[in-house]
Amino acid sequence: MNETQHLSSQFDEELNRLRTHVLQMGGLVETQISLAIEAYSTAEISSIKSIIDADRKVNDLEKAIDDDCAHIIAKRQPTASDLRLVLGISKIVTDLERAGDEAKKIAKGVRRIYESGQMPMQYGVGVRHLAEAALALIRQSLDAFVRLDVELARNVIQADSEVDTEFKSIIRQLITHMMEDPRTITTSIEIISIARAIERIGDHAKNLSEQVVFVAEGRDIRHSKESAA
Amino acid sequence: MQIHDTPQLKAEARNLNFYYGEAKALKNINMPIYDKKVTALIGPSGCGKSTYLRSFNRMHDLYPGNRYEGEIRFFPDNTNLLSPDVDPIEVRMRIGMVFQKPNPFPKTIYENVAYGLRVRGETNKRALDDKVEQALRGGAIWDEVKDRLHELATNLSGGQQQRLCIARALATDPELLLFDEPTSALDPIATGAIEELVHELKKRVTILIVTHNMQQAARVSDYTAYMYLGEMIEFGKTDQIFIKPSDKRTEDYITGRMG
Repeated sequence: MNETQHLSSQFDEELNRLRTHVLQMGGLVETQISLAIEAYSTAEISSIKSIIDADRKVNDLEKAIDDDCAHIIAKRQPTASDLRLVLGISKIVTDLERAGDEAKKIAKGVRRIYESGQMPMQYGVGVRHLAEAALALIRQSLDAFVRLDVELARNVIQADSEVDTEFKSIIRQLITHMMEDPRTITTSIEIISIARAIERIGDHAKNLSEQVVFVAEGRDIRHSKESAA
Repeated sequence: MQIHDTPQLKAEARNLNFYYGEAKALKNINMPIYDKKVTALIGPSGCGKSTYLRSFNRMHDLYPGNRYEGEIRFFPDNTNLLSPDVDPIEVRMRIGMVFQKPNPFPKTIYENVAYGLRVRGETNKRALDDKVEQALRGGAIWDEVKDRLHELATNLSGGQQQRLCIARALATDPELLLFDEPTSALDPIATGAIEELVHELKKRVTILIVTHNMQQAARVSDYTAYMYLGEMIEFGKTDQIFIKPSDKRTEDYITGRMG
């Protein structure tokens, strides 16, 4: 990032505020995801309401940040790294908000599973591991954003494909369970949608990292070999 | 958006230095000007962009003590515009200039445009009429002045005067038009009209424009050069310069991190 101050200190403040809000939003989403994982592994469903409530805050932040981006573009006509930062942020918040939505889906799925009283314990481990990996990707992509660390962003993009592979293997396991014991089908389907939501969180972390590369280097690596790695 | 065609060279500065007496105002400028493209020169006050622009039509010759080194090659004939053998009057027939403040002659609208043609030796009334109309159309001002061609040009509004000056520059069919901050004395509407005109003009003429308005450079130009302290710091496609400049100094200037 260009560390030199703008002639307009107000502009500096506006950009800093924008960055702070993104991190605040990222923090909320991280908490949502981690609470959802906790609920899944521990059957502690009391936190589910707070996950769903947090989603409203995340949505509000998304709108507020987008609004700030529009104001900065209109008032400051940002160029170069400033322009890339504003454009990048406006995309990043979309992915963060969606990651938050996925956390909410997980939470609701967890509630359905435990309320129906059917949770075969052996299903837990793989999903938890997957969820922790996806959460780590969100954390790292936010770190990469703060430091504009392209190396870290690239690691996230690579690691996302591992999450995808792990997701597929969980699905295979669940299909086997369902074939062996059709009574598990309802729960297994819930778990599949939870795993799917986790896998999507990984995808959002990847998108976020792609934006970090754009903000830092001005290269759009979406849908390229670099992002397929 | 990418520009895929490889444009032809219209002109090229090669190792260009310029001195106002002892003061070196341009330092080893090397830069292409592409044919039928708009090239914007940006940079803080005193960076040499106007000095560079004025070298093209030998404006500096008017003052003693000014000195050029290096070349400005003009194509397709590969003339060195700065060569002492080249007649500045001839150069100015091929290279028109429009200034910051509209400067119509205190004559009629018609005579303003016909002036260059008369200097060139055109005397046929019919030919003059045609050429004047053509140039005024080219300057996007014909419709506004066709019924009062013989009124004083100085009665026009600022924006109209500036378009008249562009028409006057177009009358001699120049190959290159130099614009030295052509809209800084105009309101946003008149500015918009000139920018629209620049976009039209580049279909038939190459344009080099100095502007303090960075958004204007971004809007009207295909290529942008950033100059600082007499040096050409960075030259590139406008999209690249405004989204991902390569030089930190360019970045700092266009993002408003230095004056």
